[in-house]
Amino acid sequence: MKVTVDQDKCVSSGQCVLNAAQVFDQRDSDGVVVLLDNDPPADQADNVRRAATACPAQAIHVEE
Amino acid sequence: MSDTLTSDPQAAAAAPEYPMERSGRCPFAPPPEVMELAAVAPLSRVRIWDGSTPWLITGYDEARALFADSRVSVDDRMPGFPHWNEAMLAMVNKRPRSVFNADAEEHTFYRRMLSKPFTFKRVEGLRPAIQKITDDHIDAILAGPKPAELVSALALPVPSLVICEMLGVPYEDHGFFQEHANVGLARYATAEDNMKGVMSLGKYLGNLVEAKMQNPAEDAVSDLAERVSAGEITVKEASQLASGLLIAGHETTANMIGIGVLALLENPEQLAIVRDTDDPKVVAGAVEELLRYLSIIQNGQRRAATEDIEIAGHTIKAGEGIIIDLSPADWDPKKFPEPDHLDVQRDNADQNLAFGYGRHQCVGQQLARAELQIVFSTLLRRIPTLALATSIEEIPFKNDKLAYGVYELPVTW
Repeated sequence: MKVTVDQDKCVSSGQCVLNAAQVFDQRDSDGVVVLLDNDPPADQADNVRRAATACPAQAIHVEE
Repeated sequence: MSDTLTSDPQAAAAAPEYPMERSGRCPFAPPPEVMELAAVAPLSRVRIWDGSTPWLITGYDEARALFADSRVSVDDRMPGFPHWNEAMLAMVNKRPRSVFNADAEEHTFYRRMLSKPFTFKRVEGLRPAIQKITDDHIDAILAGPKPAELVSALALPVPSLVICEMLGVPYEDHGFFQEHANVGLARYATAEDNMKGVMSLGKYLGNLVEAKMQNPAEDAVSDLAERVSAGEITVKEASQLASGLLIAGHETTANMIGIGVLALLENPEQLAIVRDTDDPKVVAGAVEELLRYLSIIQNGQRRAATEDIEIAGHTIKAGEGIIIDLSPADWDPKKFPEPDHLDVQRDNADQNLAFGYGRHQCVGQQLARAELQIVFSTLLRRIPTLALATSIEEIPFKNDKLAYGVYELPVTW
């Protein structure tokens, strides 16, 4: 699984960290998404998919 | 407008009046007339106060798609924009741009100024403070007379004190702050009272911004004060943003606590699941389902199309108004089977639209979640025999407010 994020689109909702805290973080200054792992392990796949669906700005792209 | 009427004169003439009223017999359900429209099509025309006939979106998929569509604008200066009422239209050129009425990059500029205190981690760090405030108020309820009135004893003060904590309002000002912040929630507040409350708060927050420019701390007003010092925004803009945080955040959470407790009391087997669990995931899931089931923001999210948009076999033309109604979308049976059943273990409840969707989705949603999780689970754990002290027919509902809820909730144990 390959994960990319678009920081320009991000609106700092925190949905990504809520769903997959091992893969995503937020910048302290403005909550913008930070990708911790662009190739997450298989046990994180469901969480990452949920995060991508929940993201209100559609700023998370997942390639299976 | 003439475009709207000529494009589909029959639909426009037949358009029902919006907003519609809820049924007293099903106080948790969206208005029956809205559900009748939703059963026919995911979008249809309605007539609003000024005689215009914007589109009402009631389908889940359509609501989500339009919330995320960059051709759908929140700019309330657009000619076809479906204003809430005459007062909102009258103020349109006086209202400063903010997260609520700016699109695209301008929106991102304001949004990022507000985001810092609401990151997932900052909110997690507030949990001990929220827990303490909640426990203190439940101590007072248990020490006081029966029945207790839960809105004034718990639902209102907890979010209001949490927002004080977050904004950095000094402890000695909490009384003033609660009094003025709650005017908008009072049942019999006059327009004049509301205006006074808004003005006193605005002035108070402006002064607080200036004080935090001198003595910054780890709080939201200090974050805004830093932007003022950097010359990015004025004190007035900072005060406006802080007021926005306050009003959007604390009223909605207060209403969700009151009506959420009532919904649980009316569904005892669901209440028992929340009361008897030690698993924070079960509590979190229950909160998502309550958010979905109640979707308390009523009267629709207002937008206008900047280009023609094809959706569900219809064309929303450029310039036409769009009203996205959250509660029918969260009761769309294609997305949530048996939507009228409160099911705290529903597996997709977290996909609810109670906080909206798209770039304008609620900035304070993680704080609201933490507050609701803590308040519902603590209340039911500490007062396991909690019961309504009256019948549901006697409960006054907020049919006349932007955020639905209950004015009073007498409980006993």
